[in-house]
Amino acid sequence: MARASSLLYLDGVSVSFDGFKALNELSLTIAPGEMRAIIGPNGAGKTTMMDVITGKTRPDSGDVYFDGAVDLTGEDEASIAELGIGRKFQKPTVFESHTVWDNLELALKAPREPFATLFHVIANGEKKRIESLLDLIRLGNKRHELAANLSHGQKQWLEIGMLLAQDPKLLLVDEPAAGMTDAETAETADLLKDIAKDHSVVVVEHDMAFVRSLGVKVTVLHEGSVLAEGSLDHVSADERVVEVYLGR
Amino acid sequence: MMSSFLFRAMDARAGIFLAILGAAIILVPASNLLVPENSPFHVPTYAVTLMGKYLTYALLALAVDLVWGYCGILSLGHAAFFALGGYAMGMYLMRQIGTRGVYGDPILPDFMVFLNWQDLPWYWSGFDMFWFAAVMILLVPGALAFIFGWFAFRSRVTGVYLSIITQALTYALLLAFFRNDMGFGGNNGLTDFKDILGFDIQADTTRAGLFAASGLALVVCFLICRAVTRSKLGKVLVAVRDAESRTRFLGYRVEHYKLFVWTLSAMMAGIAGALYVPQVGIINPGEFAPANSIEVVIWVAVGGRGTLVGAVLGAVLVNFAKTWFTAALPDIWLFALGGLFVVVTLFLPKGIVGTISGGWTALRQRKISSDYEKGSDEPPSTPPQSPSAPANIIHCEPVARFPGTTKPQPAE
Ligand SMILES: Nc1ncnc2c1ncn2[C@@H]1O[C@H](COP(=O)(O)OP(=O)(O)O)[C@@H](O)[C@H]1O
Ligand SMILES: [Mg+2]
Repeated sequence: MARASSLLYLDGVSVSFDGFKALNELSLTIAPGEMRAIIGPNGAGKTTMMDVITGKTRPDSGDVYFDGAVDLTGEDEASIAELGIGRKFQKPTVFESHTVWDNLELALKAPREPFATLFHVIANGEKKRIESLLDLIRLGNKRHELAANLSHGQKQWLEIGMLLAQDPKLLLVDEPAAGMTDAETAETADLLKDIAKDHSVVVVEHDMAFVRSLGVKVTVLHEGSVLAEGSLDHVSADERVVEVYLGR
Repeated sequence: MMSSFLFRAMDARAGIFLAILGAAIILVPASNLLVPENSPFHVPTYAVTLMGKYLTYALLALAVDLVWGYCGILSLGHAAFFALGGYAMGMYLMRQIGTRGVYGDPILPDFMVFLNWQDLPWYWSGFDMFWFAAVMILLVPGALAFIFGWFAFRSRVTGVYLSIITQALTYALLLAFFRNDMGFGGNNGLTDFKDILGFDIQADTTRAGLFAASGLALVVCFLICRAVTRSKLGKVLVAVRDAESRTRFLGYRVEHYKLFVWTLSAMMAGIAGALYVPQVGIINPGEFAPANSIEVVIWVAVGGRGTLVGAVLGAVLVNFAKTWFTAALPDIWLFALGGLFVVVTLFLPKGIVGTISGGWTALRQRKISSDYEKGSDEPPSTPPQSPSAPANIIHCEPVARFPGTTKPQPAE
């Protein structure tokens, strides 16, 4: 697909850490409104790819464009977030000494400059938005609980809620089901499908049952580049994919 | 907008604290000036001045707590801003001496005459006017903090590295101010002050006035800190303290937030220094000593990092102990201070106020739960309503930056 009509466009992106190539000429395109699952063995470079997109890591070479025109390699984390890319981390990272409510309030789309936040008074619209997010992530009765006191699964959900609160165009979700029970995993898949109705989503996951339940196009990463792409059935029929997953 | 900003500054604990402080501001000067000397309620002038000094230390501790307790910036150089504010006040006081100096020069302070200087250096002009000195008390520490912070925060120097360069900053100023040709009196500093705003600086009334001014400055800065930390900006600061890189990914420009509180805090430290100097009667380069800044951090740790009342309480208690120790057992004060820090770190990581308020919340929680079990309908999940939990003294946040220093990832 052409860069101009893409939402996210990676072309020939390489990143190396002390000579080790974590990303190797990676090319990937996400269309507006698309949901994409990324799979691949540990160390394939999935998290590094998200680091590059969100400005945490600068690529050694290659192009990264958002919305067809914005060169992300020249932007820092804060401006990339402002452009409309939200990220959920592999390890759930919420603000532990803030309440669930405050975590959502901080994430809520609103002016981000110091003087705007200094004089900010929470509006009714914002309260309603937080309430509806609390319902969605089922933490309504924990709203005043410190995030530190949540279970692992609840933290994952809170972080997804924070992601939604930002109202980004593109959500990058790194292993949302890690550490969850089967029931929680299924609920998370439903939640993500719901979100994908009006957002573009890139989700990294290991759990094949989870990926299958999403029912979207899958990209297989291996050693920092794309190994295969297509439906889950298509890629799982690919011999190289089987080899990578089952070991050599 | 403004009224809700100020309203946020109040709650029960702040109310009690301000009531006590307000009573002290009125009663201490009154019992010095109005109560006869032979009465047991008479407060001697030296005690008024001593307490006034504690109040300026408390303001300095408040400034340090604002950046360290709420934003995680462990400054080991705040004494530099304190001393700069003190020098700005000292320059004003020097110029009030006029012809009453030893050499009787109407313009030049004694030390300049002694050095055979013919003219007042350009940077001393204007300091004969109080308003100018007052502006400089805020502007000089503020500008230095802004420039320092601009570079440090933009290049994302954090944690122990930042602490080290703040020590370097205050040490560099120490060396600079020791030099006679800097024009600040060299190692003798500025002293022999005569009057302030036309009042004799030794007079009981002036001393009482300075005490009250220190108390008022503390009240105003406390309210400002309170309003800042309870605003949404304050929540962002705590977010930065606990997970800096996460805050960036939410779209907050962390360096701007740090720069804001850092500069605000330096200006408060400057005010504290400016009120300190007329009460102790001298400012010299010793105030820049790196150990001074470290001591302030200990006050805050003892009182309770991340609680504004704690910072004030810690400063007053530790300095009270210091006054007592240095009179009774001068040799062991430093050991006692070191020991205190170790004990607080090990056994009271949230400091005095943090521990008490934590215990209070836990007690209330337990009571609510047991009431609930007995059949009351209040559900047991009543929260700790604090906008942020008081911070532990020891707080290590891994530094995130470009390749090579990314946050450690968990095993997958
Ligand atoms: N900051 C870093 N420094 C050095 N090596 C890194 C760094 N980040 C990732 N790596 C390495 O890059 C490879 C890809 O990592 P990652 O993107 O986390 O893989 P995945 O998320 O697909 O499991 C791994 O071998 C990892 O050890
Ligand atoms: Mg990963």
